[in-house]
Amino acid sequence: MIDFELSPALSEMRDRMRMMAEYMMRPIAREYDEREHEKPWEFINTTWQLSKGASVGPNAEAAEVTADAAEKAAAKQAERAAGQGSANAERNLRTVVAVEELSWGDAGLYLAIPGPGLGGAAVLAVGTPEQKKRFLGRFKGDKPVWSAMAITEPGCGSDSAQIQTTAVRDGDHWVLNGTKIFCTSGLMAGDPKNSNGFIVVWATLDRSAGRAGIKSFIVDAGTPGMTVAKCEDKLGIRASDTATLIFEDCRIPLDNILGSPEVPTTSEGFKGVMVTFDATRPIVAASALGVGRAALDYVREELGKQGIPIRYGIAPGKLTAIERDFMDMEAQLQAARLLTWRAAWMMDHGQRNNLEASMAKAKAGQVVTWVTQKAVEMLGPLGYSRELLLEKWMRDAKINDIFEGTQQINMMIIARRILGYSSKELS
Amino acid sequence: MIDFELDEEQQLIKDTVVSFARDEIRPHAREADEKGLVPAALVQKGWELGLVQGTIPEEYGGFGNPHSAITGAIVAEELAYGDLSIALHLLAPRLITVPVLELGSPELRKEVLPGFCGDAFRAGAAAVMEPRMDFDPSAPATTLTRQGDDWVLAGQKCYVPLGAEAEHFLVVAGTANGGGPAHAQAVVVGRDTPGLAVGERERNMGLKALATTGLALDACKVPAAHVLGGGAAGTARLANLSRVALAAMAVGVARAAYDYARDYAKDRRAFGQAIAQKQAIAFMLAEMAMEVDAMRLLTWEAAWKLDRGEDATREAYLAKRYAADLALKITDNALQVLGGHGYIRDHLVELFLRNARGFATFEGLAIA
Repeated sequence: MIDFELSPALSEMRDRMRMMAEYMMRPIAREYDEREHEKPWEFINTTWQLSKGASVGPNAEAAEVTADAAEKAAAKQAERAAGQGSANAERNLRTVVAVEELSWGDAGLYLAIPGPGLGGAAVLAVGTPEQKKRFLGRFKGDKPVWSAMAITEPGCGSDSAQIQTTAVRDGDHWVLNGTKIFCTSGLMAGDPKNSNGFIVVWATLDRSAGRAGIKSFIVDAGTPGMTVAKCEDKLGIRASDTATLIFEDCRIPLDNILGSPEVPTTSEGFKGVMVTFDATRPIVAASALGVGRAALDYVREELGKQGIPIRYGIAPGKLTAIERDFMDMEAQLQAARLLTWRAAWMMDHGQRNNLEASMAKAKAGQVVTWVTQKAVEMLGPLGYSRELLLEKWMRDAKINDIFEGTQQINMMIIARRILGYSSKELS
Repeated sequence: MIDFELDEEQQLIKDTVVSFARDEIRPHAREADEKGLVPAALVQKGWELGLVQGTIPEEYGGFGNPHSAITGAIVAEELAYGDLSIALHLLAPRLITVPVLELGSPELRKEVLPGFCGDAFRAGAAAVMEPRMDFDPSAPATTLTRQGDDWVLAGQKCYVPLGAEAEHFLVVAGTANGGGPAHAQAVVVGRDTPGLAVGERERNMGLKALATTGLALDACKVPAAHVLGGGAAGTARLANLSRVALAAMAVGVARAAYDYARDYAKDRRAFGQAIAQKQAIAFMLAEMAMEVDAMRLLTWEAAWKLDRGEDATREAYLAKRYAADLALKITDNALQVLGGHGYIRDHLVELFLRNARGFATFEGLAIA
């Protein structure tokens, strides 16, 4: 039955995340935007202590994997007895709701929160039980740990089938060679000075096999041959590092490959890798929503202080330009939010959401870019000033229109799905 | 707990309406538009779906199903997908039954509802809009003034669906001398009320198959029992139910245009491939698909709030505004995908565009 109300568990979790956003993130948001490349260690350590082992938050996935099986079974039984759905049944929804709140606090700081992140998601999705234990178990320790995903290369971004980084088998090892760029949290996950983390690296076993030859490999922080070469200077999300990683004869154990080492004759395996995006795109959309809502909330408050009302229900012709803009921002943002919730909800219900995940991501990226630009405009000289956070939100927002598949890549995916075209038929 | 799935009952109703729209409504869309007439046989078939009688309690002769704005929105979208004019015609009786059910006095319910539970279609009408540029649904220029035990209506209305045949009109007017603060108030007026004059059939850009008329109200006496309850909040609720229905219909029209353009683009070839294989076209179609879903979700959310009995003015107003904007954009883009062919009346897209253009203007033409 159609319902738009969050479950009590989710809304209680949302309130906690909102507190964290308001009291731990907002106060230092400007500081770590100005001090790019410096790490908010106090914030990092506090979030680690708060969320470690918790069933909610950035460490949720790790907690689930490492929780004692018997304890989990008992908890599940208790939930069933109580007549409520398992908390796990809303895992993706819970993530998008949490991420919106944290990004309302600060999108850059949210990205800097330690935890399994995208690398961990990949291990969780396709790793063997042994790999899950070996790599996800470390997210329970006393010191913060990050993991990251390295896909983009200097010569290829959206067209990830063109990956040039190679993995060659040499006895009991894979040997990786190549350069990866734009790796979010690559510095925190890949440099052993920062954490006992790891990087999931996409590399090809056979360039002539195209997409079919691409596999994911897990490289531990500090593995000889992997260097964090630099961190980018960026428009926004400056509290989060975006690293370049260089692999020079980097040797990793044979069982650090995710999935089968066979190179299939079809690209099915690559499609399997792409499925990860169906889970991560709604998360990026949720982060966009948080930034957009931050801007909208601020504008609403300022309009209230000026005594400018937003009059819902009156004749459209009587609306002021401010009212029109504000209503459009509000409706657009809510449209993006509902698309995002739906994509996450579908995944929670075991439904394929490739189309809907791309819709959510494309729409939210588009909307937040526009909403934050509009907010800067509406606040006039104040909006453009670094005294307020609006201009920062506008800079932070834009990344959501780009990473985890640009708006255009997502529109392409939507188009292929609705038209029933392969990537060859529509490129 | 968040859920995007229809319940079994809604799914059943939806399936029925989907096939009716596909098999019965759509084949008549063009001819009805050209002739300015919805065929009587189609109207009767639509009546037999029970979309009007369904939510009327058994004591009045109906089926006694609970009234739900979400179900109403689902039905409205699917019927409008077939054709907007025909959908508005079939659902017009609800303009009387739903408000009377929700806010009518017992006498009014008894007087009005049984007439809508017969075997044959019975027209109903609402007179909400007014022929003036500054028309404001929240502050209509038509007045409702207390006179002793009765009320008196005066003003001019337009876009009254099925005005020529309706026995009852739901009229929205601004209260004056009513004791409380002035607000929009809905009343039910019988056709034979002295001073009520149904105007000529209107000639509009779209909705050509829907027979709308003007309505002149010259000192029409309305008994107190015909004034709907709930005060300003009651009228606001009706306005919001109307916005939800119209937003849902905008989704239906937009989706009709999107489907039409998508099928055409896959079929039509240029420069050695289907035009849908060109990014310029494919991206337009992708945006249409995304926005149709966005429009629907906003509409459902507003409907959901109304079903919980909460004030949904913000949600319904924003959903309708969004849907009206996007329906226009989507139908226009659909026409663009067909190029010159889109401009020709052999194709339905120009009809979709003309109909979609109205949503920014329409108020009170349907109710969820």
